[in-house]
Amino acid sequence: MSLHEVLPPHQPDEKLKSIIKVAIYAVGGQGGGVLTGWIEDLARAQGFAAQATSVAGVSQRTGATIYYVEMAPMEGGQPVFSLMPAAGDVDVMIAAEWMEAGRAIIRGFVTPERTTLIASTHRNLAVSEKMVPGDGVADPEAVREAAIQTAKRLFAADYEAVAVKNGSIISSTLFGALAASGALPFPREAFEEAIRQSGGKGIEASIRAFGAGYDAALSGDIGKNEPAPRVTDTPVRGPAKLMAAWEKLMTRVRALPAPVAEMAEHGLRKVVGFQDIAYGTDYLDRLAGVLARDHAPWDLSVQAAKYIANAMCYDDVIRVADLKTRGSRFQRIRGEMGAKDQQLMQLTEFMHPRAEEIAGMLPRKWGARVEANPKSMARLNRWFGHGRRIRTDSFRGYAMLYVLGGMKFWRRRTLRHAQEVAHLEAWLTRAMAEADRNYPLAVELIRCRRLIKGYSDTHARGLSKFDRVLAAIDLVAGRDDAADWARRLREAALKDEEGKDLDGAIQTIQSFL
Amino acid sequence: MAERSFKAEVEHLRKGAGETFTGEGILALTKALLESGVGYVGGYQGAPISHMMDVLSDAEELMAELGIRFEANANEAGAAAMLAASVHYPIRGAVTFKGPVGVNVASDALANLTDSGVNGGALIIVGEDYGEGSSIMQERSHAFAMKSQMWLLDPRPNLQAMVDAVHYGFDMSEATNTPVMMIVRIRSCHVTGTFECRDNRRPALTVKDALKNPQTDFTRVVLPPFTYLHEQDKINNRWPAAEKYITEHKLNEFFGPSGGKTGLIVQGGMYNGVIRALQRMGLADLYGNTEVPIYCLNVAYPLVSSEFLAFCEGKDHVLVVEEGHPEFMEQQLSTYLYRAGSSVKLHGKGILPMGGEYTGQVMLDSLTAFLKIAAPGMLPATVRAPNEDKPQLPDLTKVVPMRPPGFCTGCPERPIFAALKMVQQERGKHQITADIGCHLFGAMPPFYVGGATMGYGLGPAANAAFDGGGERRPISIIGDGGFWHNGLNSSIGNMVFNKSDGLVVVVDNYYSAATGGQDVMSSRAVNDTKATNNPISQAVKGIGVTWVRQIDHTYDVPKLKATITEALTTPEKGPKVIVASSECMLNKQRRERPLKAKAIKEGRRVEAPRFGVDETVCTGDHACMRLSGCPSLGLKHTSDPLRDDPVAWIDQTCVGCGNCGEVADAAVLCPSFYRADVVHNPTGFEKWRAGLRARLISWLARRRAARRLEFPV
Repeated sequence: MSLHEVLPPHQPDEKLKSIIKVAIYAVGGQGGGVLTGWIEDLARAQGFAAQATSVAGVSQRTGATIYYVEMAPMEGGQPVFSLMPAAGDVDVMIAAEWMEAGRAIIRGFVTPERTTLIASTHRNLAVSEKMVPGDGVADPEAVREAAIQTAKRLFAADYEAVAVKNGSIISSTLFGALAASGALPFPREAFEEAIRQSGGKGIEASIRAFGAGYDAALSGDIGKNEPAPRVTDTPVRGPAKLMAAWEKLMTRVRALPAPVAEMAEHGLRKVVGFQDIAYGTDYLDRLAGVLARDHAPWDLSVQAAKYIANAMCYDDVIRVADLKTRGSRFQRIRGEMGAKDQQLMQLTEFMHPRAEEIAGMLPRKWGARVEANPKSMARLNRWFGHGRRIRTDSFRGYAMLYVLGGMKFWRRRTLRHAQEVAHLEAWLTRAMAEADRNYPLAVELIRCRRLIKGYSDTHARGLSKFDRVLAAIDLVAGRDDAADWARRLREAALKDEEGKDLDGAIQTIQSFL
Repeated sequence: MAERSFKAEVEHLRKGAGETFTGEGILALTKALLESGVGYVGGYQGAPISHMMDVLSDAEELMAELGIRFEANANEAGAAAMLAASVHYPIRGAVTFKGPVGVNVASDALANLTDSGVNGGALIIVGEDYGEGSSIMQERSHAFAMKSQMWLLDPRPNLQAMVDAVHYGFDMSEATNTPVMMIVRIRSCHVTGTFECRDNRRPALTVKDALKNPQTDFTRVVLPPFTYLHEQDKINNRWPAAEKYITEHKLNEFFGPSGGKTGLIVQGGMYNGVIRALQRMGLADLYGNTEVPIYCLNVAYPLVSSEFLAFCEGKDHVLVVEEGHPEFMEQQLSTYLYRAGSSVKLHGKGILPMGGEYTGQVMLDSLTAFLKIAAPGMLPATVRAPNEDKPQLPDLTKVVPMRPPGFCTGCPERPIFAALKMVQQERGKHQITADIGCHLFGAMPPFYVGGATMGYGLGPAANAAFDGGGERRPISIIGDGGFWHNGLNSSIGNMVFNKSDGLVVVVDNYYSAATGGQDVMSSRAVNDTKATNNPISQAVKGIGVTWVRQIDHTYDVPKLKATITEALTTPEKGPKVIVASSECMLNKQRRERPLKAKAIKEGRRVEAPRFGVDETVCTGDHACMRLSGCPSLGLKHTSDPLRDDPVAWIDQTCVGCGNCGEVADAAVLCPSFYRADVVHNPTGFEKWRAGLRARLISWLARRRAARRLEFPV
């Protein structure tokens, strides 16, 4: 063994504390490079030595991108700076997106001893989140909890929305938040000067957004979502006769147990909007059938109120045409597109009806005959089955959809309606069969309705998944943990398009039977 | 036109002696080239040195003033071959490309160049794409320097050190008749800082002048018996000359106290990371003054035995900090110690990890581990005996999604992959190979189109084993960049010659887009110094392909689908080539946005398209996402308690490319998409007609609303 040198233990150079380390996590295309440039210019203008680095390979191509700046007062020579952030050694972490803040926390760049975390709460969803047929969106609350725990100081706000509102991009608002945080020893004017000195376009918008970002950082929003206004708070409008009928239905709703009543009001609005008052009566009758066999705390009825409404409001051509020709729609879209008064807006709808949709619009018996005959279906496809672009800002296009949307009087006679009603009744009967035997399973069976959504092929796939889930539930129906399995099967079915997760879950069930 | 313009920065390249340059690494390197009297420069773009090609391109005027020739080479092999000019002529030449993939492509020419030896200085600046942010396999260019015996510089990552390396690199190349390779890592390319300028220098002999007086020397030809002589020359003359040059000019640096029982031997590129770790341990100050002796190898190859052994003299433990694997330097240095009969204990891999980037944490942990063995007395008490409980940080690894790069908003390649996915849904899964370029993102979710990628321009070649055909035709994808880099010959030519029955989809976006939008031969732009507008379809016909389809609007998904299906089913034999062309949206936006803004300002009629989704019509099934993945197409949760799943939503970054509508149509998805074209400066007639329409439509809408219950949201 070799002899060790015996040296007194060392204390770090006091001057090392003067290095300020700033890391920026952004998604490609957010202007992370611009922000880095401003910070660097700002530091130099204030008499600091500064060094910036970036990994720019995928900076504009939607991937996660990291920038890093170090600075220290210029006195007594050129400091040696690091080219990359180190875990536990970052003073300011700027995350230009909420999950990127999470990524920075995972990497250890946010620590309670030193890190000021400036993070935008908006989401820029990753493809993996968007692809999921169910809800694949990552949990923002988990990041919020972690941010509060790990950051020394947290300045979280929706800097993206603030930027858009001010006609700029997020780099400006984040720079404002950085100024507001006080993490850099420079006055606000110096920040603004850095923007002005950088030249280029949109300086005024950048300055405006900078100020708004500054204010947003100080307003103390830590990523909580505003509670959305209740849908049922908005009043119902209509001719007196219909209003009277509506009030009658609402009297029935108000007589329901409280949790059921709340959901049933939403459901009733949807169902009556879809068809008419009589349809609403049907809805409440069906719900009453469930309620009669339910008991407090009314889980089964609440779920039934939700999913019966969804099942009754199937997506047919009439519904789509009706929704697309509502009076407020054109103005709403104009507003969303930011069209000004002197500008016009053209509106193009993309429709692609198939033979199935056309046959579904025929009277029940006739439609069934057509659907059973491949030749007729092929003919329908030839006549109607191609993509249509309909200009709903033109009178012709609008009128066409308007006429279709007005065919509610015809709906109850159609093949599609007959099919939907049959499917609904079969599902409801199946679920209610469990109501007394295995109550939790009945609730889960009601919830399985969530699997049916989408149009054409997607809808067909949803139906087949629904059938497979129900068939698999039949296999376990006698077991005590049947409800648990039903929930697992449904969640698996919502995980991926092809149903691989569902296959796996079904295989597991088969393995222990 | 490249993605980033350096026109403004290029003006700084005119600075002279006494002035200070402030800016980015690649600009500093360019400035150093101008100061070194270089006669010609060239290269091929690729991260992290893409922007260096852009800087050179933007500085073409300045270089022309100085008599410097700039060549945008067809590929890295072409760039390396260009250095042949320095074999016979006393002209300095420099090329740049990425490593190690670019070096792979260039290796044939580099081996020949090194064998011949150079008269004028030859410098190869390699952007080493390793570690975080890298887009390629994790390997080292180091091996190429060793196998061909080129000198390898790895300067400290600050502007002054990098600029100095260019200068002594040329000098050393000339002193040793050997080309010099200089590696700069990803962050070094983009690191900012300052350095003291020298005056720009015209080459003593320009390439133009050289053509007046051509020179040859048959002993420099790579043919026996000269190759045997070259080998001996390398060993007996060039190597000793290099050692002499390195020691005499003190290219490697020593920091810290001269004695001591421990020492660190670090690659130049690792220096800042090592200093930061020492700073955090209290063993170095702000300015890098270290208490642990450091031998900094700005020359990574050759390693000078005498210099190294002198450093080790009297030490018990040394640590080699060498990033990447295999650990070539560590092996060589171990051999030196062994041959010298030294008892110094050499550490390296083992304390440091074999693979992966040497991040701040890795460096801190490894140096701490080393000093615990070698000199525990130097460590602060807290490190020697840590007793604090580190707080448990919340685990977000299951929450935060991966975010790999993908197609940009409005990318013209997205519909191509949507069409390929749909065709496969109808006709079954096909054997598909991919190439290098943005289109490789098609292999990612949501498309999963394309598997193996064997190199730039080698997509179709990678399917050659399947050229004999089978039940379903093999498909391969190649971009316009790869096509001109190597693909026309290695891929398409190979298919024609071997009577392949497969399909090639050429993704033509008018640029070498993935590397930053440089022009290629088929670019549609007019370029003053390059010959563009050479159609790919003409090239493939010229090489013997008979089944060629040109698609000029990739957003037409039904047409793409039909054309791909035709290619997969036609009885015609031989390779089928579909050239799918639409301009890279990043470049298109950059080009068109200012023009549009100007037109609107001037009062001309302009339509601005954007897509939207009817929230009430969308059922939240996300089928559209699985054929798009566009960044502007997102999801949002509704406030409707009847709905479980978030609905599709298009934000203000939508550029109205049309993919959403086309896909909804071609895949028969759903009717919730609409396109809204805002018409700026409409004509008088249009306004009158729109007014009339609006009155009629709102009358109809009001009529219906009055007869039913309305539930405003």
